[in-house]
Amino acid sequence: MKQEYTITVYTENHIGLLVRIATIFSRRKINVESMNTSPSEAEGIHRFTIVIDETEEVVRKLARQIEKQVEVLKAYYNSNEEIIWQELALYKVPTAQIAEKVKVERLLREHGARAVVIRNDYVVFETVGHREETDRLVQVLAPYGLIEFVRSARVAIIKDSKGFHEKLREFEQSEPKAELVENEYLNQQKEIFTM
Amino acid sequence: MPSVQATPAAPSNTTQSTSISGSRAVLDALVAEGVDTIFGYPGGAIMPIYDALYDYHDRLKHVLVRHEQGGIHAAQGYARASGRTGVVFATSGPGATNLVTGLADAMIDSTPLVAITGQVFAHLLGTDAFQETDVINITSPITKWNYQVTDATEIPTVLAKAFYIASSGRPGPVLIDITKNAQLQLFDYKGYELCQHVRSYRPKPIVRREYIDAAAQLINAAQKPFVIFGQGVILGKAENEFIQFIEKSGIPAAWTILGLSAIPTDHPLNVGMLGMHGNYGPNVLTNECDVLIAVGMRFDDRVTGRLDKYAKQAKIIHLDIDPSEIDKNVKATVGVWGDCKETLPLLTQLVEKKEHSNWLQRFKEHDAEENKEVTFNELHPESPVLTMGEVIRHLNEITGGDAIIVTDVGQHQMVTCRYARFNQSKSNITSGGLGTMGFSLPAAIGAKFGAPKRTVIAIIGDGGVQMTLQELGTIMQTEINIKILILNNQFLGMVRQWQQLFHDKRYSFVDIVSPDYVKLASAYGISGASISQREDLHAALQTMIDHNGSYLLEVMVGKENNVFPMVPQGCSVSEIRLK
Repeated sequence: MKQEYTITVYTENHIGLLVRIATIFSRRKINVESMNTSPSEAEGIHRFTIVIDETEEVVRKLARQIEKQVEVLKAYYNSNEEIIWQELALYKVPTAQIAEKVKVERLLREHGARAVVIRNDYVVFETVGHREETDRLVQVLAPYGLIEFVRSARVAIIKDSKGFHEKLREFEQSEPKAELVENEYLNQQKEIFTM
Repeated sequence: MPSVQATPAAPSNTTQSTSISGSRAVLDALVAEGVDTIFGYPGGAIMPIYDALYDYHDRLKHVLVRHEQGGIHAAQGYARASGRTGVVFATSGPGATNLVTGLADAMIDSTPLVAITGQVFAHLLGTDAFQETDVINITSPITKWNYQVTDATEIPTVLAKAFYIASSGRPGPVLIDITKNAQLQLFDYKGYELCQHVRSYRPKPIVRREYIDAAAQLINAAQKPFVIFGQGVILGKAENEFIQFIEKSGIPAAWTILGLSAIPTDHPLNVGMLGMHGNYGPNVLTNECDVLIAVGMRFDDRVTGRLDKYAKQAKIIHLDIDPSEIDKNVKATVGVWGDCKETLPLLTQLVEKKEHSNWLQRFKEHDAEENKEVTFNELHPESPVLTMGEVIRHLNEITGGDAIIVTDVGQHQMVTCRYARFNQSKSNITSGGLGTMGFSLPAAIGAKFGAPKRTVIAIIGDGGVQMTLQELGTIMQTEINIKILILNNQFLGMVRQWQQLFHDKRYSFVDIVSPDYVKLASAYGISGASISQREDLHAALQTMIDHNGSYLLEVMVGKENNVFPMVPQGCSVSEIRLK
């Protein structure tokens, strides 16, 4: 069964790695719903957050292909139940509409929107939340002359993750300890095997 | 251009530093990595490296090929024959793009290579400069790793990393693109250090004993165990460990096309070849065995046929060094992730000494049937025209199985792999995964440089030979001794066979005309002959082998002979056809 999965990839910060990761999906004609790159909790380590809609089997194989890349330290994949995630959305609305219609202000308040910029001609609001939430506000604002809408990629925290500091130290050893060499055949599904 | 000193670079492990150019650092790295031969072709953007090479001729042999594709296939042949990393040089732009087919071939066949390409000056990157092409992005999906150097100070560490990555774990091609300014740049050189660790890269894991235990239990309980092995055994230099494993456990073993020659052909437990044109027994009995033990192979579709009807009755044990291969195509009951040089001995310790004589007998029965229906007639035909099989039979008689055989792609490749005999590992060199026509001639040149003491025979069809025959010029210039055996059926035979069997004999653009190969060879100063009569065959092959120097022999074979057995595409391995 296809469902949303979030793939979290810890990598070296190298030029060209983005293409290598992107082609793992495009080669298999898999659509990437969103992709975010950012620093991670560990210094010098980059973190990719990729959302795709696929079966667990496909996602598991993709995660292994990603981990196979020389500059990837680790790839995890999680269902939505296993993560906390947010997306940021920006909405540009004509100021006249907001000023005239009290209802608009109430709607924005209900959706937790915050004004980022206020000008004579337009106001930019932001919301943070899940896709359904940010999408809902688009529906709501459409009748009031929504000028522009943009949404960021997903960023996600893995509920069970202990962070990457410990792992990184392990990677830096040229001879890893046996107990830290994970393997999925030990049923440690939450911690996809590597090393 | 900086002046290039003829004195050798500072040896490794010294703290003393000297100022040298990026180009010299490249060549010093090659010397330190033990490289003895480079295949390449110069051009504008790699000229500083070639200029430096002028002073390294006593330490590095450079083979000037006639096309960069020939260069990279030669480096592949060198790597496959020697077990060491092949090196190829090319210039930017078209030089680099001509490497693409070879990189893809080396990637899918796990061949350790380091390709070094020149690139335009760093300040010209992205300006559509003369002979600029985005080689890093073009080659990303077909290299294990690639990197662009724009600053010479990076060269020693990047090259050390390149050689380490290319040859460790599951080997593969690495491409290093070096801008011209970095080649020219003088920098403070502190010597070369081999790379032994890259923190984001684990070439092999620590072997987990619990999976060895689980695998051994399955094997010990099996009534009809069957081993299938691939190139992993050769790449892992685990031929002896593999033989000890099958000999103790008494399990019949069949090979993939790239696993061929890992064990001697006449080993009593060798039951033949897997896959589309493999042997009858190994294919049929894949769907009858109770435990299937896959060693260093990747369940390619040409091996498995229809996946949902592949070994469904069997428990599967999969030994591989690349974790992404385990469960990729065939779900493993027990996946043993590791280097088979380490995992096989552990498994051998735990398996019981057995003889599966009744089970082995089943393979022999199938073999007898295949012999009656296919093999005997192919090797001892009564038809007036020669068959490819009888050519290989006579060649076996002459070489005794001691030669390196480099095949191209198509019918002659399947026939050769089916019937050629091998006594030692790394003797079968062919383009397996990518199926690159034109591979054989340049790869045979490389193989000869990689194993100069051995007889190297390129066996090529009349299609493939015309794809890279410019490399006759390389043979002429280097004066190496390789044997070129063209099996000419005047067709693109494998495509014609499919058109006959699956497209109502609509022979669409498969009748290919050949030049006079003997005259062509003669133009390059290579002796040769062409024969079409059975009574000439043995003597002609003997002349080819005995000739002092390269020799081209064209054998005219039956035009419309087919390769059988055959697992038709989309069919199960047990639906293999004998005719």
